[in-house]
Amino acid sequence: MLKLLWLMPAIPFLSSLMLIIFGPRLAKRSVAVLGVSSIVLSALVSAVVTATFLSFPPPGNAFTQTLWTWMDVAGFRLHIGFYLDAISVLMTLVVTFVASLIHWYSAEFMSEDEGYSRFFAYMNLFVASMLTLLLADNLVLLYLGWEGVGLCSYLLIGFWYLVPANGAAGRKAFIVTRTGDTAMIVGLALLATQLGTLNIQELMLKASAQWPVGSPYALAAALLLLGGAVGKSAQLSLQTWLPDAMAGPTPVSALLHAATMVTAGVYLIARTHALFALAPLARHAVATVGIATLILAGFSAITQWDLKKVLAYSTISQIGYMFVALGVGAWSAAIFHFMTHAFFKALLFLGAGVVIDAMDDEHNIFKMGGLRKELPVAFWTFLIGGCSLAGLPLVTAGFYSKGLIIRAARASQDGSPALWLLAILGVLLTALYTFRMIFVVFFGRAKIPVGKRPGYRMTIPLVVLAALSVVGGFVNTPAALGDIHVFTDFLNRALPNWIERPAGSITEMGSEGLVTLAFLTGLGIAYLVYIRNPRYADALAEFSISKALHQFWFADWGMDWLYDRIFVRPILWFAHFDRADFIDSVYGGVARLSELTYFALRSTENGKVRWYAAGIAFGAVALVSMVLFL
Amino acid sequence: MILFALGTIGLLVRRDLIFILMSIEVMLNAAGLAFVAAGARWGQPDGQVMFIFILATAAAEVSIGLALVLRLHRQYKSLDVDAASEMRG
Repeated sequence: MLKLLWLMPAIPFLSSLMLIIFGPRLAKRSVAVLGVSSIVLSALVSAVVTATFLSFPPPGNAFTQTLWTWMDVAGFRLHIGFYLDAISVLMTLVVTFVASLIHWYSAEFMSEDEGYSRFFAYMNLFVASMLTLLLADNLVLLYLGWEGVGLCSYLLIGFWYLVPANGAAGRKAFIVTRTGDTAMIVGLALLATQLGTLNIQELMLKASAQWPVGSPYALAAALLLLGGAVGKSAQLSLQTWLPDAMAGPTPVSALLHAATMVTAGVYLIARTHALFALAPLARHAVATVGIATLILAGFSAITQWDLKKVLAYSTISQIGYMFVALGVGAWSAAIFHFMTHAFFKALLFLGAGVVIDAMDDEHNIFKMGGLRKELPVAFWTFLIGGCSLAGLPLVTAGFYSKGLIIRAARASQDGSPALWLLAILGVLLTALYTFRMIFVVFFGRAKIPVGKRPGYRMTIPLVVLAALSVVGGFVNTPAALGDIHVFTDFLNRALPNWIERPAGSITEMGSEGLVTLAFLTGLGIAYLVYIRNPRYADALAEFSISKALHQFWFADWGMDWLYDRIFVRPILWFAHFDRADFIDSVYGGVARLSELTYFALRSTENGKVRWYAAGIAFGAVALVSMVLFL
Repeated sequence: MILFALGTIGLLVRRDLIFILMSIEVMLNAAGLAFVAAGARWGQPDGQVMFIFILATAAAEVSIGLALVLRLHRQYKSLDVDAASEMRG
């Protein structure tokens, strides 16, 4: 049954192609059936493949399916081939299931949109590219999927292209991630020239055999791949595109944050973990980028007033956790958090879609309020998602996955107490901004009457995702709380475990206790400021220093401002300055010349038959005399 | 040769469509005459065969030409070729 593997990306790709060609002529109903069923089918294939993989593990716990040879140049050979191991099994399962729920939801959410078939065509292509990325057996095919994901994100963020700002957001996402992609392609070139292959498994074996730990080549390659990952996963220095990406329709944000695109960077690093194992410095860089992003994005999330932007910064911050896990070598913890994050973040975005729809496209959380009674399903599911995001102890998935990462940040050989404490501070921030959002949106008094209420096609995905956000964590629990490690055991077939620090480790209980304490503190502050005593927030806003800090955090630590000054303006200025250089005048001259010739030739076309006859006669005489006398 | 030149000149200087058509006939006949003369000079029958062809072509050409003249006359109420110059660039 593993042979069905190729169908997983092929079905959405085919349906996307059909939607592009026939979509405008199809009825909305058939567009929805085609667009949703392709992803559901893909998810079913994924389930069958996973079941087969679990019950009859292939030799070496990995399965390769080579479809055909892509290129074969001077001994450098690439296949279109898919590689299935524990990581890709898990990632494709989560991606296809979450994506099919999101597609199901969008069938109703987008039902009044003009570009219904265009939307599903892009969404299907998005999922197909992501699956290609996850299953690719060589880095070039992975890069193809990587760029496909980038293209679809551009198309979908600028989906409502009639508003110029949306188009600008799409372009920004494309250009900023392209900066990272450039680093990545240089990294690929380095690996190809040094090791002579780009097949991932061969590459990892060769790298471990040829390069010693700490070799400069390994370091350079790992850092360049990290550059690509930072761009796609919106980590510090290239994170500015993600908050702007909220210009797209809400299901797109859900897909982008939960299942596709931003987790691609995490996957890339997990996939090439052998390379990172050779470069301790690159691993430290990953952890540092992760922890810095985690904290900075957490502070930014506290100050946003746009419901979707709070969630966007929260994604940046949660991906930061995954990077911390990757940096300390806790590969399976990163994938675990990816899975739980996919569940609760998709849930939160879909819930936000319901709220925004009901509020008549109002994004400002301070204009909402009291929605608890009006939208009960959205409230309860959003609350569960929020608790999971913030890590409500014992019952939610987020608690277990985040707890594993935080424990690894201390207990792993590469971890440190500082990393650990900052990660716990991250929990406090997460709880604070999550409950701020929930309290402001769902509690208090109602300000705008509720317009549209969600139908069953929108609420069922919410309920399913809410259930997953709770039970998704029970596959891996710490020793004191049941000691289940199904998940880690499964991933250990493909990924090594982290190396325990020899001495001075803190106990699991102590770590979980501090996480709980941080969660409660965040919850308490949010409760105090936003429900109990709203005056505190006003009083805080009085101080000039807090006002300045608020401004600064709200503007994403001034990153956009800085990039605008450093890159955008000089380039625009130079383009303006260089408008009339001499290369242009060459092309201008060609245009001018053909214009002149046109004027000269036009006068011969005077519409008089006798002139034409004379032209023919003299032409004939001239030709004959040329033949005779020359 | 002289006959052909006369036909060409007639074609170029006259503005009356009927005269232009007649000039074309003169040119055709000049070519036919040249064929016959050449056939007689080298004792070949091909020249006369070609002339029969030219006769047939001329008949067809005249019928089409006259039909066009009729249409033009209906359109412009004149037989002046320079009146029909809408195709000026």
